[in-house]
Amino acid sequence: MTTTTQTHTTPSLITSIWHWLRDNLLTPWYNALITIIVTPIVAFVLYRILAWIFFAAEWDVVKQNLRLFMVGPYPQEELWRSWVTLGIVVLLSGLSWGAWRGREWTAPISVVVLGILGALFLPITAASKINLLIMAAIFVGGQFLGAWKGEHLRKYVVWLWVLSFFIVLIILWDVRPSSTPPFFEANIPSGQVGGLTLTILLAVIGIVASFPIGVLLALGRRSSLPVVKTFSILYIEIIRGVPLVTVLWTASLLLPLFLPSDIRVDKFIRAVTGITLFSAAYLAENVRGGLQAIPKGQYEAAQALGLNYRQMMQYIILPQALRIVIPALVGQFIALFKDTTLVLIVGLLELLAIARSVISQPEFIGLQREVFVFIALIYWVFSYSMSYTSRRIEERLNVSRR
Amino acid sequence: MTQQQSHPQTANGDDIIIMENVKKRFGDFWALKGITTRVKRQEVVVIIGPSGSGKSTLIRCINHLEKHDEGRIIVDGIELSHDVRNIEAIRREVGMVFQQFNLFPHMTVLDNITLAPRIVRKWPREKAEKLAMELLDRVGIADQAHKYPGQLSGGQQQRVAIARALAMQPKIMLFDEPTSALDPEMIKEVLDVMRELARSGMTMVVVTHEMGFAREVADRIIFMDAGQIVEEGTPEHFFTNPRHERTKLFLSQILHH
Ligand SMILES: Nc1ncnc2c1ncn2[C@@H]1O[C@H](COP(=O)(O)OP(=O)(O)O)[C@@H](O)[C@H]1O
Ligand SMILES: [Mg+2]
Repeated sequence: MTTTTQTHTTPSLITSIWHWLRDNLLTPWYNALITIIVTPIVAFVLYRILAWIFFAAEWDVVKQNLRLFMVGPYPQEELWRSWVTLGIVVLLSGLSWGAWRGREWTAPISVVVLGILGALFLPITAASKINLLIMAAIFVGGQFLGAWKGEHLRKYVVWLWVLSFFIVLIILWDVRPSSTPPFFEANIPSGQVGGLTLTILLAVIGIVASFPIGVLLALGRRSSLPVVKTFSILYIEIIRGVPLVTVLWTASLLLPLFLPSDIRVDKFIRAVTGITLFSAAYLAENVRGGLQAIPKGQYEAAQALGLNYRQMMQYIILPQALRIVIPALVGQFIALFKDTTLVLIVGLLELLAIARSVISQPEFIGLQREVFVFIALIYWVFSYSMSYTSRRIEERLNVSRR
Repeated sequence: MTQQQSHPQTANGDDIIIMENVKKRFGDFWALKGITTRVKRQEVVVIIGPSGSGKSTLIRCINHLEKHDEGRIIVDGIELSHDVRNIEAIRREVGMVFQQFNLFPHMTVLDNITLAPRIVRKWPREKAEKLAMELLDRVGIADQAHKYPGQLSGGQQQRVAIARALAMQPKIMLFDEPTSALDPEMIKEVLDVMRELARSGMTMVVVTHEMGFAREVADRIIFMDAGQIVEEGTPEHFFTNPRHERTKLFLSQILHH
């Protein structure tokens, strides 16, 4: 198509930019037209946005409410409990990173750099700055330990994650059977954990708890037992047919009916139950897609070796099916992360609800833009890092199978 | 034990597989229309016949990958009923090798082989791996133990599949066209392994189109057509004077191919 002849001399920077422009933006003629029209619009919009971010926006509203965004109305004097929680998660992340990736430098260096940058520039108290640096140190220490013990540690790390879930609940809320005395002096009702912490807790607990239920429903839907099959289909199709808000309402209104009247179900538990039941139906459909992709020969080979149904599923079918659906599961997790905004209706204050309450205060009137841009950024950072991680996991799995 | 030839219909304790009037239906279509035969311990039986004649269905009934609708199948003294425990007991004693290998792609070769001994027979890992390495050595690919199936050639994969079945220390091995999916240059390496297995005294039921293998290794050949056994006998009988027209036609087609 092009009339210029290819030269074999190394092109200068200018010419190579020109070639790129010509090939990608200027040919054929209608591309050139679109480029000419769109470029000024994009430039104008970018200019306005950057000008606003750096000169017009008043970020003080974010600075002053940072704690609220992070932990919601959690009492200031109990804040150390949320730091301990974070410390546990960071330690386990470091351990896992070390146990699976070994002595690898990019992660610890970025964590330390982020920690130092945060301590230098974040508008937080001196104590919080020190805590931030401690977190970075814990990660590096965890990774060192993980890499040192390597593969032997992996099994324990998985169990530690499971255990940490309960420890986190105990530390944050003092969750315990009502007959035992409290661990902490201050009793914190679950409504008082909010902000980003609540968002993360809801999403993580929701996906972890819905995982086994979803897998069972997916297997149930393919079962040869009519009762099991019918139940699974009904459950999946009914839940998928209604919006999450409805499920949350139902969970929060109906759950008390099924339980003895002296047990008052906590708001948080109600919200998590609703999210779990909702997410399980979608997870079941994703897993079913993976199951359908497994050839019949895999089932037959497993059966011919004498494996029973559970062994066949556990060792042969599910490991392959779940690998196939990792991208779909991550997509679902990201959607769930964003859907947690709906727990507002049962009276919990996650990130978005906190944002709304902040902008409704008289002293912050007119600062909606700053607040919403800030929380949008938080959602984006989390969602993007999840999809990035999922792509990396996929690549690694593909490589190991070649 | 090593008493070789005798008439297949004689009933005695030496029969490891007994099939009596076995019928199998898919919808309205009868894939097996009444199969009666016996396999002795250490006997090598080769099943031949045109495509769609029911060969796969027949051997898949032996380990209950297909449920027979009528008749009786008794394997090593255990009758195949719909009782799950009987089915699992029989599957532990019967190894199977498939046309498409059906290796587990997410596991290394070694894990493919040790999986069933470890979780079905509850062997410790060391014991299972020791046997697995012996078997890989026997099929000639001990150096591939830590690769994934996708990294091996077809012939190597099929030899892994044979080792995987042998790891359960079965009394009977079933082969369903084990060389049909292989490139010609790999067929021999798989047949060599099977030949060695037959010589070691394994009871084998083999569906194959490899007439050279059948002639050399089989104690008995069964010719099937349209869900029935048309003719059975020794290789000499088959390749020198087959009785039935259909057998002659099939042999002439396959030998001149
Ligand atoms: N799962 C099935 N459903 C329906 N028909 C089947 C099924 N499996 C086999 N058949 C039919 O049964 C007949 C025998 O099949 P098969 O035993 O695979 O033959 P062969 O192995 O001799 O080629 C064929 O006509 C085939 O179409
Ligand atoms: Mg067949």
